[in-house]
Amino acid sequence: MKSEKSFALDERKEHILINKSGSNAIKCDQNSVSGAVSQRACVYCGARVVLNPITDAVHIVHGPIGCASYTWDIRGSLSSGSENFRNSFSTDLQEKDIIFGGEKKLELAIAEIVEKVNPKTVFVYSTCVVGVIGDDIEAVCKEAEKKYSIKVIPVQSSGFAGSKKDGYKAACNAIISLMDSGSKMADIKDKRSFNYLGEFNLAGEIWILGRYFNALGLKLITGMTGDSSTEKLKKAKDASFNIVQCAGSSIYLAEQMKEKYQIDYERVSFFGIDDTSESLRKLAGLSKDEKVMEKAEAFINLMIEETRGILKDYKNRCKGKKVAIYVGGGFKAISLIKQFNELGMETVMVGTQTGRKEEYEKIKELSNEGTVILDDTNPSELESFIKEKGADLLVGGVKERPLAYKLGIAFIDHNHERKHPLCGYEGAVNFAKEVDITVNSPVWDLVRGGGLDEK
Amino acid sequence: MKNKNYTNMNVNPCKMCMPMGGSLAFKGIENSMILMHGSQGCATYIRRHMATHYNEPVDIASSSLSENQTVHGGSKNLKHGIKNVIKLYNPKIIGVLTTCLAETIGEDIKRIIDEFKNKHPITEVDIIPVSTPGYGATHYEGFFHTIRSIIEYYAVDIPEKNEKINIIAGDLTPADIRELKRIGKLFDVDFNLIPDISDTLDGSFQEDYSKIPKGGTTIDQIKSMSGAKATIELALLLEDKYSPGMFLEEKYGVKLYKMAMPIGLQGMDEFVKTIAMITGKSIPEELKAERERMLDGMIDSHKYNAEGKALIYGNPEITYSITRLCSENGITPLIVATGARAKALNRYFNSADSLVMNDVDFETIHSEVKRLKPNLLIGNSDGKFIWEKENIPLIRVGFPVHDHIGAQRKLVVGYTGSMGFLDEITNTLLDLKHKGYRQRLYDELYDKSGGEKYA
Ligand code: SF4
Ligand code: SF4
Repeated sequence: MKSEKSFALDERKEHILINKSGSNAIKCDQNSVSGAVSQRACVYCGARVVLNPITDAVHIVHGPIGCASYTWDIRGSLSSGSENFRNSFSTDLQEKDIIFGGEKKLELAIAEIVEKVNPKTVFVYSTCVVGVIGDDIEAVCKEAEKKYSIKVIPVQSSGFAGSKKDGYKAACNAIISLMDSGSKMADIKDKRSFNYLGEFNLAGEIWILGRYFNALGLKLITGMTGDSSTEKLKKAKDASFNIVQCAGSSIYLAEQMKEKYQIDYERVSFFGIDDTSESLRKLAGLSKDEKVMEKAEAFINLMIEETRGILKDYKNRCKGKKVAIYVGGGFKAISLIKQFNELGMETVMVGTQTGRKEEYEKIKELSNEGTVILDDTNPSELESFIKEKGADLLVGGVKERPLAYKLGIAFIDHNHERKHPLCGYEGAVNFAKEVDITVNSPVWDLVRGGGLDEK
Repeated sequence: MKNKNYTNMNVNPCKMCMPMGGSLAFKGIENSMILMHGSQGCATYIRRHMATHYNEPVDIASSSLSENQTVHGGSKNLKHGIKNVIKLYNPKIIGVLTTCLAETIGEDIKRIIDEFKNKHPITEVDIIPVSTPGYGATHYEGFFHTIRSIIEYYAVDIPEKNEKINIIAGDLTPADIRELKRIGKLFDVDFNLIPDISDTLDGSFQEDYSKIPKGGTTIDQIKSMSGAKATIELALLLEDKYSPGMFLEEKYGVKLYKMAMPIGLQGMDEFVKTIAMITGKSIPEELKAERERMLDGMIDSHKYNAEGKALIYGNPEITYSITRLCSENGITPLIVATGARAKALNRYFNSADSLVMNDVDFETIHSEVKRLKPNLLIGNSDGKFIWEKENIPLIRVGFPVHDHIGAQRKLVVGYTGSMGFLDEITNTLLDLKHKGYRQRLYDELYDKSGGEKYA
């Protein structure tokens, strides 16, 4: 066999697209290619993303230790109440459990938790091995629920059984089951009341927006699942409408809520000035309340003016730089392209781990000719396109950061671990600040300098 | 020894899984690439964990098993993965590590690799299978087991005798490895250091980025291990069945010296004396001078150190070695804890003033911290929970460190390195003492009541 090095594998070619008018659709929504160092995680990871921020729940990872160890408190969701969710509970399956089954251990584990923590809700995540040894976690959970009169919800998240998206779906089903267990839906609903889906209160983002909502006279019942709790989620059915931010993870939940409780939804995005303003307007419209709509206009105008003023400086310093984006979902990529446009920067490469077809279409529409579009890419492709396109900045997750730095370009964290809010008007400023800090750092002058060979 | 508070559950794990250890080991082998046989999640999580610690790109491929292969066997995926890794990375060695999933569905990776080799006559790539079921043991055992497997793979029937010393380097940072190399040079002795992560996981910034980092233990070095003069294994607490040094001793009669990491004056003395003894050479003057300087520094700080009461935790080896450093400097190791089974810990360290725990989790460690009230935490980033809640300073050392920068540069071995690390500890204690001490003493001593206290 010939071992010639190349950056792209044949079977990956259809997952790469160079944008030009009339070009074909990109191939997406497939399993990862073996041996290609995908940046994706697994079903369990997807489920955990969505359910993790439910603050008073206990999250039990039923499986061997690693899955729990690597996901302990790595996400930046904040809580105004309980901190149960920040702990990592694992049944820590051992060889003998793999042979004889882990049901008994799980049963005892739940008993211990009820005794020591007494939570209102327990989520039990199945991992790969559990899927194979055939533990009936549904039965164990049902039994426990009866015994302790709390919610014990199984989440079918065996890593191999699909992709991160299937994990999102499993999580959404778990939330539905929690909502179903609440009291009856209110007969008369406040038309200004709503839920905010696909929002995880990273670095307090829902708190920023909560202030806007209050200023407009809107009533947020709960984020889903940012800063939520068992009680709040049980009341979610009382909403008159839903808004959805991260569609990849939560559109299914929105659909389900529409079907089951007749709650309509709209998609929003609170990243960047334009998206934020547009979404606030949309939100005010949904309340069908004139007063709210009026307030919204005044509020938006005020905030835009203020924010643009602050952003001007940053724009001057950042414009003209080239950007490469590689993030989890398509929606995030789209709002990032727009935000970079606001700063006068050009996006030369866009990729997502699990983007959907419509989202890729939108990305094509938003980006210039020649922009490289990638689905489920890997470090080799990232490297070669970053170089080829001469990007000055990469937006990505933690795994991509060292790569960017090794290639000598700036980097922006856009992941669930970040410690600074990026949504709303404040977030737009934070974002610009972060771009400026990294793109205009003095370190790049040294990188491009001649080093010791310089005369 | 005390174990966990929960019997059926590990809450906030103080350990990771075997393939993590396997990955750390392979990362120090020259021109090697890792392919994890299992579902995508494990590889991605492990990469993420390593990338944030070392601040280096860490590429680990996965055979990305999905539902279908989990039922029907993953041999096709694995073979395909091997092909793709060769195409993309062109490595000299591919380490194939199993995960829980592969082991549970009973994959025989050795057979699969043999089949692959029969079909594709490749001679320029060595494919090394290592069985690392996540549930089998922790990353600590996985690390040494993998090194042992690599050495076994290259073992020849009749080795050529040489004058080298094998060093099995557990729990060391790239900076530590560089220090050991320097010591080797001072002695003018050739070390077979494995795994040599000094360059691979602490790369430099260069114009040309290479996907497989430069450096690492070479195949020639590994091959010469069976003919070496002796092995020094820096893994005092390791069970024999995982021990690479034990293999070399039993099979080839290479004398094994098992010892703690060369941290602290006594730890370093032992290491230096052993080298002198093996080689028959006298101890280099430079090292003697460094030792005297360290002793001088220890005298300078002994009174401050006496106020230290530390929680020391993490991997067994680093935990034990730092415990010894603390003890010889009068810092009380109040709690000594490791998440691995390491039963030998109690045998080597036992003191009436100390609580020693193995196979423990952070939930338990935290409750003991509340009870015993140490004034210092020494260990990896996973102690940040306790740091955050109890407001006790945390000195980061070991793996993983992802909330501080520079873990790859941290030097704790050698006389100079140990002294630097001790200074960090002492200075933390000094800050504790000095912070607010005027107010504290005023509150404590000043007689505000006008003599009432003794009336
Ligand atoms: S414990 Fe097993 S399943 Fe979990 S990450 Fe480790 S190898 Fe994968
Ligand atoms: S074992 Fe499965 S569930 Fe756990 S991390 Fe790996 S892929 Fe995900």
